Amino acid sequence: MTWQKLLRHETILALLTVLALVVLASQSDKFFTLDNLLNQGRLMTEVGLIAVIMTFVIITGGIDLSVGSILGLVAVLLGVFWKNMGLPLPVAIGLGLMVGTLAGLINGLIITRFRVPPLIATLGTLALYRGIAEGISEARSVRGYPDWFFVLGQGQFWGVPVQLWILGVVTLVAAIILGTTVWGRGVYAVGHNETAARFSGLQADRIKLAIYAASGFAAALAAVIFVSRVSTTRSDMGTGIELDAITAVVLGGTSIFGGRGTIIGTILGLILIQALKNGLSLAGIKSDGTIVLIGAVLILTILLSNLFHRNGNR
Amino acid sequence: MTTDHAPAFVAKRTGLVRFISTYGQEVVIAGAIIALFVLVSMVSPRFLSANNLNTIISGNAYIAVAAIGMSMIIITGHIDVSVGALIGVLATISGTLATAGYPVWIAWTLPILIGVGINAIVGALVAYGRIPSIVVTLGMLSILRGGLVSITGGAWINDLPPDFHLAQQRLLDIPIPIWFMVVLTVGAFLWMRHTAFGRSLFAIGGNIEAARASGIPVERRVVQVFMIHGAFAGLATVLFATQLRIIQSTVPPNLELTIITAAVIGGVSILGGTGTVIGSTLAAILFSAIGSAMIFINVSPYWLRAVIGVLILITVLIDMARRVREQRSAKR
Repeated sequence: MTWQKLLRHETILALLTVLALVVLASQSDKFFTLDNLLNQGRLMTEVGLIAVIMTFVIITGGIDLSVGSILGLVAVLLGVFWKNMGLPLPVAIGLGLMVGTLAGLINGLIITRFRVPPLIATLGTLALYRGIAEGISEARSVRGYPDWFFVLGQGQFWGVPVQLWILGVVTLVAAIILGTTVWGRGVYAVGHNETAARFSGLQADRIKLAIYAASGFAAALAAVIFVSRVSTTRSDMGTGIELDAITAVVLGGTSIFGGRGTIIGTILGLILIQALKNGLSLAGIKSDGTIVLIGAVLILTILLSNLFHRNGNR
Repeated sequence: MTTDHAPAFVAKRTGLVRFISTYGQEVVIAGAIIALFVLVSMVSPRFLSANNLNTIISGNAYIAVAAIGMSMIIITGHIDVSVGALIGVLATISGTLATAGYPVWIAWTLPILIGVGINAIVGALVAYGRIPSIVVTLGMLSILRGGLVSITGGAWINDLPPDFHLAQQRLLDIPIPIWFMVVLTVGAFLWMRHTAFGRSLFAIGGNIEAARASGIPVERRVVQVFMIHGAFAGLATVLFATQLRIIQSTVPPNLELTIITAAVIGGVSILGGTGTVIGSTLAAILFSAIGSAMIFINVSPYWLRAVIGVLILITVLIDMARRVREQRSAKR
C-alpha cells in the first residue's frame, strides 16, 4: 500500500528529473551555473504559462489545440494596434490580452453551447485564428518596440528574469485554486464524471467556459512575453507550442481522459523537458536529437506509470 | 452482423431519406464542390481548364489517400497526430533509396512497409500498453520529426532518377494520383462496409465493450487498423515524394492537421463509430479547390487558412445540429 503511494506518477517524475539533472550536470560544468538555469527559466516561460492552464483544460477532459494560434494572432495584433493604429503600447497590450481571452471564450462557447468535442472545436479555431493572423500580417513583421517593453522578456528583477516571476505567480495562483478551493474540486468533478457533477449542482458549462477563456488569456500573455523576448512580431509565432504544452501536462501525470492531474506535475514535466533540451545541447547533442528523446520519455513515462497502476486504468 | 451500430429507426425510413440521413455529409460536400466550381467558373472560366482541374485533384491526392487511413483510425475511436511526420520520414527514405541507385519499385514500396512497421509499434503501445493514442502519437511525432532533422539536417534531395516520378505519369491519359485516390477510396469504402473486419472498426468505435462482448478481438484489431493506416500513409508518401523534382527532407508543416481535418469535415465523427472514406476524399478535394479558387477570384492566399477554419466550424456546427435533431426524432 505504502510503496504504491510512493510510486505515484509525480514521484516517478521527480526522481526522473533529479536523475536527469545529475547526469546532465556531470556532462557539462556549465549546466549547474546560476546564469544558465535562470536563462533556461526564461525560455520555459511561454510554454509554461500555456501548460499551467492547459492542465485545467485537460483535467476537465478537454483539450485546447488553438493556443499556438491565439499566441500568433495576439502577437500580430499587438504590432497592428501599436504600429498601424498608433495606440500607446500599454493600451495595445491590454487590447491584445482581451482579444486572446475573447478567442478562448469563443472556444468555450463552441464547446459548451454547441456540444462540439474540444478536439474538433479547437482544431477549427486553430486554423481560424492562425488564418486571421496570416491574413492580417501578410507575412510582414513589426519591429522597433520601445526599450521599456523589453523588460518583460529580457529584463531581470532581483536577479531573476522578469517573466519567471510572472510564471511563478501564475503557477502559484493556479495551484492554490486547483488544489484548495471548492471551485478547483469542481474542475476535477467535471472531468471525472460530468453528468454526476451536473446532478450534484455544479455548473459544468460555466467552469469550462472560464477555463477556456483563461487558456486564451494565458496564450495572449505568452504572446506579449514572446514578442518582448525576441523583439519582433511574426504571424507564425507559437506554431506547435500547443503540442509542447500538452506534452508537459501529460508527462506531468494529468490523465488525457480527465479527472486527474496536478499543477506540480505539469511544472515537473516542464522542468524535465527544458533540462533535457538544455543539458543535451550543452553535452553537444543537437536540439533535434533532443526532441527524439522527449518523445521517447513521454511514451515511456506513461507506459511505466500504467504498469504500476494496472488496476486504475484512468 | 449483430455489431451494426446504426440506430434501428433508420431502417424503417424510405430509400431517399435513408440515403440522405446516412450520407448527408457526403452529399453536402459534393454540393459545396459543385457550387464552388459553378460560381468560380462564372468569374473566371479558366478555373475549369483541364490543367487547373488536374492541379486541384491530383496535386492533393496524397492528402485524400492519407485521410482514408486517418478516417479508419478515427472511426475506431483513436487519433494519430504523427502521420505528417511519418510521411516526411518515409518521403526522405524513398528519395534516398532512389538516388542511391536502388530500383524505383524498391524506393516506392519499401517506405510502405516501413510505415506499416512503425505504426505496428504505435498500435501495440495503444492497444497493449494502454496509452491513449493521442499521447503515443504525440511522442511519435517528436521522435520522427526530431530524428529526421537530426539525421538529414533538412537537406534537399535532388538528382532523383527520371523514372522515379510516378505521380507525374499517366495511365489511359488520367494522372496516376487520381487512379490512386479513386481506387483506394472506393476499395476502402466497400471493404469497410461489406467485410466483417471493416464492420468491426465501426463496432469498436461505437461501443468498445459491446464489441468485446460480441467476440471481436479488440486489441488485435486496433494494432491491425494502425498498420493499415501506416500502409495508407506509405501510399500517400509515394504520391507526395514523386510529384516534385526535389524532396525536402523535413516534416511538411501542419500536414497532420490537414489530414485530420479532411477526415472530420468528411463526416467522420471524432467520437468514433461513424463516417465514410468517400466523405474524407471529397473534403480533401474541396480544400484544394478552395485554395485554387481563392487565387482565381483574387483573394489573398494569406486568408486561405482562415477560410478553412470557418469551414471546419460551420461543418461541425451543422453536424452537431443534425445529430441533436436525429436524437430527438429517435426518442419520438
